Amino acid sequence: MQNLIDIFVRSIFIDNMIFAYFLGMCSYLAISKTVKTSSGLGIAVIFVMGITVPLDYVLEKYLLKAGALSWISAGLADVDLSFLSFMVFIAVIASMTQLVEMIVEKFSPPLYNSLGIFLPLIAVNCAILGASLFMQEREYNTLAEATVFGLGSGIGWYLAIVSIAAIREKLRYSNIPGPLKGLGISFIITGLMAIAFMSFLGIKL
Amino acid sequence: MSEKEPLLSKKNLKLVKDPLNENNPITVQVLGICSALAVTVKMKPAFVMAVSVTAVLAASNVVYSLVRNYIPPRIRIIVQLTIIATMVILVDEILKAYVYEISKQLSVFVGLIITNCILMGRLEAFANANKPWPSFLDALGNGAGYGLILITVSFFRELLGSGTVWGYPIMEKLGVYNTGYVNNGFITLPPMALVLVGLIIWLQRSRFKNLIEKH
Repeated sequence: MQNLIDIFVRSIFIDNMIFAYFLGMCSYLAISKTVKTSSGLGIAVIFVMGITVPLDYVLEKYLLKAGALSWISAGLADVDLSFLSFMVFIAVIASMTQLVEMIVEKFSPPLYNSLGIFLPLIAVNCAILGASLFMQEREYNTLAEATVFGLGSGIGWYLAIVSIAAIREKLRYSNIPGPLKGLGISFIITGLMAIAFMSFLGIKL
Repeated sequence: MSEKEPLLSKKNLKLVKDPLNENNPITVQVLGICSALAVTVKMKPAFVMAVSVTAVLAASNVVYSLVRNYIPPRIRIIVQLTIIATMVILVDEILKAYVYEISKQLSVFVGLIITNCILMGRLEAFANANKPWPSFLDALGNGAGYGLILITVSFFRELLGSGTVWGYPIMEKLGVYNTGYVNNGFITLPPMALVLVGLIIWLQRSRFKNLIEKH
């Protein structure tokens, strides 16, 4: 249990997808103009990540890893399919995104309209594939750990996009030099926020 | 486009040149930022990354442009992802075989080329409606524009952060350490990459006023 909480807190604050690895920056910068839409996208990301990471973990463990196929028969024990992992992960993510899109369209048409083109683009949100690849690289031991990691990363991403959206809403009233408006200042603010998040590094878990 | 048009006509050259500056994938189209920032601590990985992205982009742009008329629009995203993923697997295997050290440093970011928005963006916006040759040039241009920013950012981060250029200890050779100069370790940390790109955007938009945003 202690271990799970560690992973959860780590993935939200210390290994934050945006501030530590810059993953999912494209939609982070494009959608963060108002708090409302960004929180919608953030929730979609938490949901997709919370499903895909454990799913990819199971696939990785029982299908892709070197020797993973040995549960079928001993003859398959030295088959190594790990080079296929990119392909499998992205297929899982693309189909899950399709699912989320259908659910959102059915239950919340206003949200669907405001997210517009960016919902299908969750499939190419680097943060989601990134979470699966980090899960693979860090070699989590149990399904619970992978799930907690997926959810935590999603929540970290949500936190980041909602806070920058709130800052950008206020920024509209401030006097920024012309060429720095929009994209430029967003980058620099994200940099400053990342510095703030670095202070979590001091937490020993 | 007529068959007689020369291979390097003005229009085609424009495809290569535009992304270098006024239509840069990173600073103007806001594509592919994710990987651009994380691999720019040193110049060598940044260069390898830029070359890999260009290679994947060129190959998948051409392949997708060749098959574009046979793909039903509804399933095109999956097809695009499959093409890109195949190319990325190839590049990943090549990197592991020939430059293992750098491939280790890039870690998950090679895999993340699949979700690099530049690829989907260019496939969707350009290769979807153009013939293979212009698509190839478009890929080269965008790859180069991406590489340009990567190299610029990594140059400053490596020079100021580690005091080297392409692994060559230039600050030590110039003898600046004797005057009390110290490497700024802060610049090798992730946040400074963001600030540097912000500054590059500022510089670029001060020169090209038409790029300035309203908000």
